[in-house]
Amino acid sequence: MIPEAGHFALIVALFVALIQASLPLIGAQRGDRGLMELARAGAYAQFLLIATSFGALEWCYITSDFSVANVVENSHVTKPLLYKISGVWGNHEGSMLLWVLILSLYGAAVALFGGNLPPALRARALSVQAMISLGFLLFILFTSNPFARVDPAPLSGNGLNPLLQDPGLAFHPPFLYLGYVGFSMAFSFAIAALIEGRVDAAWARWVRPWTLAAWCALTLGIAMGSWWAYYTLGWGGWWYWDPVENASFMPWLAGTALLHSAIVVEKRNALRGWTILLAILTFSLSLLGTFLVRSGVLTSVHSFASDPARGVFVLCLLAICTGGSLTLFGLRAPVLQGGGLFAPISREGALLINNVLLSTAAGTVLLGTLYPLLADVLDLGKLSVGPPFFNAVFLPLMVPMVLLMALGPFLHWKRGDLAGALGRLKFVFAVAVIAAIAGWLLAGGSSGPLWAAGGILLSAWLIFGSLLEWAERVRLKAGFWRRAINTPRAAHGMTIAHLGLGIVIAGIVGSTAWKTELIRVMHPGEAVDLAGYHLVLDGVDPNVRGPNYEAMRATFTVSQGGKAVTVMHPEKRLYDQPRRPTTDAAIRTNLLGDLYVVIGDPAPDGGYVARLYYNPLAPWIFLGAGVLVLGGLVSLSDRRFRVGAPLRVARGAAAKGALS
Amino acid sequence: MTRKQRRLYFVLLGMLALGGATALVLTAMGDTLVYFYTPSQMAGKQISPDRRLRVGGLVEPGSVKKEGTSVTFTITDLTQTLPATYSGVLPDLFREGQGVVAEGRVGKDGLLHASEVLAKHDEKYMPKEVAEQLKKSGRWQEGEQKS
Repeated sequence: MIPEAGHFALIVALFVALIQASLPLIGAQRGDRGLMELARAGAYAQFLLIATSFGALEWCYITSDFSVANVVENSHVTKPLLYKISGVWGNHEGSMLLWVLILSLYGAAVALFGGNLPPALRARALSVQAMISLGFLLFILFTSNPFARVDPAPLSGNGLNPLLQDPGLAFHPPFLYLGYVGFSMAFSFAIAALIEGRVDAAWARWVRPWTLAAWCALTLGIAMGSWWAYYTLGWGGWWYWDPVENASFMPWLAGTALLHSAIVVEKRNALRGWTILLAILTFSLSLLGTFLVRSGVLTSVHSFASDPARGVFVLCLLAICTGGSLTLFGLRAPVLQGGGLFAPISREGALLINNVLLSTAAGTVLLGTLYPLLADVLDLGKLSVGPPFFNAVFLPLMVPMVLLMALGPFLHWKRGDLAGALGRLKFVFAVAVIAAIAGWLLAGGSSGPLWAAGGILLSAWLIFGSLLEWAERVRLKAGFWRRAINTPRAAHGMTIAHLGLGIVIAGIVGSTAWKTELIRVMHPGEAVDLAGYHLVLDGVDPNVRGPNYEAMRATFTVSQGGKAVTVMHPEKRLYDQPRRPTTDAAIRTNLLGDLYVVIGDPAPDGGYVARLYYNPLAPWIFLGAGVLVLGGLVSLSDRRFRVGAPLRVARGAAAKGALS
Repeated sequence: MTRKQRRLYFVLLGMLALGGATALVLTAMGDTLVYFYTPSQMAGKQISPDRRLRVGGLVEPGSVKKEGTSVTFTITDLTQTLPATYSGVLPDLFREGQGVVAEGRVGKDGLLHASEVLAKHDEKYMPKEVAEQLKKSGRWQEGEQKS
C-alpha cells in the first residue's frame, strides 16, 4: 500500500509540475497576480508530494519491504539502520528521487523566502524550476520507477555494496545533490531574467545567496567524497581525476566563477551577459555530471544504471535544457549589452581574470573527461586520460589564479592601484618566501622535490595575503571590535574562504611531495620504521565479527622515540551480503600528518602484505575544505542578502502595482 | 577606457586564456594519454618501453604467483596472453578468472611492469573493453557473468 502511495504522489507531483511550469509564465506575461501566485502554491505542493514519495521509499527500506524490487536489489535485513536509510540513495532509482526531492526543496525555499522578489521574476523562476522538475519526474516515472513490485516477494535482499556502507559516503550524495541541484536556482533565475530582458544589481543580489548555498553544499559533498576515497580505497590518495570526480568538480569550478562574477554584476553592473551565461553553463555541467554518472558510459562505483534508455533520456534532457537556454541567451543577449566602466586594473578586472582562468580550467577538465568518449566514438582507439594530463594542464592554470587571489582584494573597484597593492604585499611575499624555505627544510630539504617549495610559497602567499587584507580592513590597532562587526559578513566570508583554499593547497603540496610509502611483507612481531614512527605488527586476528561482516584485523603498536603513541587496527572485511571484500585502512592523525596503515592478503609463509604511508599535511586538505565551506556560510549570513533587497522590491512592486 | 578598448581587452584576455589552454592541452595530450589494449592487440605490435599503456583482460586461472610483495600473473583475453608483474597490495577484488586492468610499461623482458592494477569496485565488473573484445572473438558467455 505504502509503495503505491509513494508512486501515486510522484504522479500527482508530475501534474503539479506541469501546471507550475505553464500557468505562472502566462500570468507573468499578462501581469495576472493570481496566475503568478500559482507558482508558489505549486512549489509547496510539489515539495510535499515528492517528500511523501521519498518518505514512502524510506519506509520500504527501513521496514525491509522485500515486495519492492528496489529494496530487494539494494537492501538486506541485517544492514545497520543508518545504511538502510542511506541505502535509498545508494542506487539509481532512489538517488534520482533524492535529486527531484532536493529540486523541489529549493523551489519551496524560493516560495518561502522569496517574499522580497518581484512577483513576475519569482513566478518565472519557479516556472523554469518546474520545467526541470517535469523532465526529471518523467525520467523517474518512465525509466526508473523505484516503487516497482516483485511477486513473489523474496525473504531477503541482495544488500548494499559494502563500499557504500560508510558514514562518510552515506551523506556524500545528499550534499553533492544539494550542490548540483542548487545551481538550478541560478539557472532558473537566469532564464527568468532573460525572459524579462532585465539583469541588474538587484537580480545579482537575489541570485547570489542561492548560488552560495549550492556552492557550500557542493564543496562539502566533494570534500566528503574525497575523504571517503582517502580512507576506504586504501591507496592513500584522495583525488584520482576519475571521470566521476571530474563530473562534480566541473560544476564546482563554474559555480565558483559564477559566485565571483555575480559580485561584479552587483557592485558594478558589468559582466551581465557573461554571468547569465555562466549560470546556464554551471547548471548544464551539473546535468552533464548527472548524465555521465547515471548513463553508464563510464564504469565506476557510481554508475548504477546500465540501461541505455536512461542515458539517452538524460542526454535528451541535457540537450533540451542547454540547447534551449543557450538559444534564448543568443536571442536576448543583445539586450544585456553595456554596463559600467571597466578598467583592467581594478577589483572587477581581477575578478574577470579569475573568471577567465576558472572557466578555462573547467573547459580543460571537460575536455579531458570527454576525450576518451570522443576518441571511442571517432574510433581513435581506446584510451584513458589520467592524472598526468590533468596535472599538466590544470596546475599551470591555478598558479596565476592563486597569485592573483591574494592581490585582487587589495585593488579598489573602478580604478585599482597596482603599485600600491604590490607595495603592501611586499611583506607578505617575504613571509611567504620564508615559509616556503622553512617548510622545505623541515620536510628534509633536498630529499623532497623543488616544486614543493613553490607550492608552499603559493599557499603562504594566499594565506598571509588574505590575513593582511582582513587586518587592514578591520585595522587591528584601534576600534577593532567595532570595525570587525561593521565590516560586512561577506568580506569576512571571503577572507575565511580564501584562507581555506590556502590551507587546502598546503595540504595538497605536502601530501603529494613529501609522502613516504612502504610496502612490505610483515610477520607478527616484526617492526618497521616510517617517518620517525616505529610500528610493530603485534598480531592478526583472522576472525573478528562486525554487525554484517567478518574481518581480519591486524594490531599495530605505534611508538615514537620510545614513547607509545597509539594502537592501530587496519582490517580486511568480508561482508555477508553481498559477499564482497573491502579494505579498511587505519589512520592516525596529529593534524600535521596522517599515519596510514593498510593490511593486505596473507602471504604463503605466514606474513602479511602491509602498506604503510605517512602523508604529511594530508588532514589540511579536508580541514581547509571545511574552512572554505565555513567562509561560504559566513558570507551567506550577510545582512545585505536579507535586509538590503526589500527596499528595491518595495519600489518595484509599487511601480508594478501602478502599472496594473 | 572607451568601449572599443574594453572590447579589445576582453578579446585579448579571452584569446590569451584559450591559446594558453590549447597549448597546455596539446603538449599534455602528446605524452600523457594512456591507450588501452587487449593482449591480442598487443601481440602484433612493437611498443616502446617508455610508453605507458593499459592492458585489460581476465586474470588467467592458476597464473598468480606471489613472492613477498611482488606478484606475477597473466592477463588473457582467451586468445592471447600477456605476463605482468606488480609490486604492492593488490585490490580486494583481484581474483583469478576475474576482469582486470593493469597500467604500466612493457619492459624488454616482454613483461608488463604494472604500476597500477585496477580490479574495480564490483565483482561483476568486467572492463567494458574486455567484454567487447570477448564478444568479438565469440568467447563471451553471459553465464560467466553471474556473481
